[in-house]
Amino acid sequence: MDMSLILELSVNGVFVGLMYALVAAGLVLIYKTSGIANLAQGALAMMGAYVIWAISAQMGAPMWLAIPLGLVVMFGAGILTERLALRRMIGQPVIMVIMLTIGMEIMLRGVLPGIFGAAVKKLDVGIPNDPLFLGDILINRATMVGGLISLGLVALAIVFFNSRLGILMRAVSDDQTASWSVGIRVERAIAIAWGLSAVMATTAGVLWGATQGVDWSLSLLLIKALAIAILGGLDSIPGVLIAGVLVGLAESLATGFLDPIVGGGTRDVVASTIILVTLLLRPHGLFGREHIERV
Amino acid sequence: MFYRRAGLLHTRYQDERQLWPFAFDRGLVGCVCLVLVVAPFLFERLYLVTYLLPWIIWSTAALGLNLLMGGAGQVHLGYGAVIGIGAYASVHMLRAGIPLEIAMLGGGLASAIVGCLFGAAALRVKGLYLAMATLAMQYMVDFIISHFEIISGGTQATLQVPPVRFLGVPLSSDAAAYYFALGVCVVVTLFLLNVKRTSFGRALAAVREKDYAAAVIGVDSFRFKLLAFWVSSFIGGVVGCVLAVSYYRAISPDQFHIDLSIQLVAMVIVGGLGSVLGSFFGAALILFAPIVLNHLVGLIADLAGLPISADLRAHLPLMLYGAMIMGFLLWEPLGLAKIYNNTRNYFLVWPFRHAR
Repeated sequence: MDMSLILELSVNGVFVGLMYALVAAGLVLIYKTSGIANLAQGALAMMGAYVIWAISAQMGAPMWLAIPLGLVVMFGAGILTERLALRRMIGQPVIMVIMLTIGMEIMLRGVLPGIFGAAVKKLDVGIPNDPLFLGDILINRATMVGGLISLGLVALAIVFFNSRLGILMRAVSDDQTASWSVGIRVERAIAIAWGLSAVMATTAGVLWGATQGVDWSLSLLLIKALAIAILGGLDSIPGVLIAGVLVGLAESLATGFLDPIVGGGTRDVVASTIILVTLLLRPHGLFGREHIERV
Repeated sequence: MFYRRAGLLHTRYQDERQLWPFAFDRGLVGCVCLVLVVAPFLFERLYLVTYLLPWIIWSTAALGLNLLMGGAGQVHLGYGAVIGIGAYASVHMLRAGIPLEIAMLGGGLASAIVGCLFGAAALRVKGLYLAMATLAMQYMVDFIISHFEIISGGTQATLQVPPVRFLGVPLSSDAAAYYFALGVCVVVTLFLLNVKRTSFGRALAAVREKDYAAAVIGVDSFRFKLLAFWVSSFIGGVVGCVLAVSYYRAISPDQFHIDLSIQLVAMVIVGGLGSVLGSFFGAALILFAPIVLNHLVGLIADLAGLPISADLRAHLPLMLYGAMIMGFLLWEPLGLAKIYNNTRNYFLVWPFRHAR
């Protein structure tokens, strides 16, 4: 097999994986604080991309203003979601909460294209599109920049979890009642987690929107993010980085080598396979804490 | 008022055990059954084929999923894939010349076997992780169905269902197809009405409430979870066959996407987890609310002269499904069945509210 092709697929795969990891990091953030998996994370990414597109293209704001503005709006949207929907679900069985986030995902997937139109929107964030050559390896510049930004943000999330607020959130995730009784405001911690996770999803949405355009298919990022979060362990942020790289690599190599054999489409199924295999072999993932009850 | 419950005491065990102890309920069920039976002569063809038939079929599917989600408490986000497996298996059997009676059971078996394979994941993980495992299953089955030409005949291909006979009656006319779907629906409904009264149903309820506790009192939760997956997937497979034979008549991979699974989950939740009646209500609401709303929006737009874009109208169903799932979970977690039940309970003692 051609060595440079493998190398090229790997390098691009790693960057794409890092971009997926950004969505997964939002998932992990919410899971770490409140113990529920937000299946609307992909829809949040889509919403973020739509919001920033709306601010820049429809209201005519320049990109350097639109992105921070969009992040603020989405932070507010995240907090609002927690306040209006998730807080009422405290004490309900986990099925109900999962279903609620699925309902949110479906609704957002209908509302945003319904309002802004279903056609693919162009989101230009100023990353040049011409490819970059490293020796004879061709690298997609947009994914590279996206991957590096994601790497920075996920690293920032690791640092954040060691800050005062981060430690507070970890306490909340450990035992909500106990942290409540020592004076930690549990609801506020969870609300902030939702806000931050919406911000991360928005960043991911913008980066993906810049490479593939903004439309409903951005919400499909969910399944990749789930694969990464599960492989890395649902409550481990460093796990997200490593699993992100692994999933990106697997996807890129599978697309390169398996597609010609089965006739395309393997990209979509790699993530599902990873989810299933991880759950069957090691349900708590590579780095997650082992706390799943086996039955 | 309607029920005349006061002083109704049972003196025989048969009375105690009957499905509908109140005469009024029996009458209601009888009326609905009568309307369903004479429907082909009562309604126009349009209403029969585009409203009543899909309602019957989706209700059956919702019943199957409800056994798993409401009965055994296992989340399943890949029920559309289960139905797809049943549809493809039975259509392939029909094309090979196997009679429909056997092909239907064969489709059910194929679904049950594959469903159990994935249900095995349920034996290791639960709750959240199970939801993700079944979601992954949905995507994998989608991929396999559409990418293996031996199953689907290619990504874009549709598989024609050959002319079939059920118990000697050809299912070519609309009425025959309708009666076939209705028959399956009645059998599944009766099964689910009765399952709660069997040891199987009680074991499922125990597993749903707390599987440790169930294990402590001697219910093998491993076995009953797998059994729940088996039965539910079997029903799904049979529904797949009914769907292919009497409604779609030609199947293609895109009919069994994740959207179908989500629609079914929405039906179960909107209708009411673990309720037989609720499955029918939920299927009706999820099927018809978008149509009604779409007409309504169109009407309002025409009346008020508001320009409503085609995109908005195209995405109304999605918005509505999502909003309904969220709304019911937030305000009425037990769904339409609970609303019905509350009304019924009110009238049971009406007008003497203090009498219980």
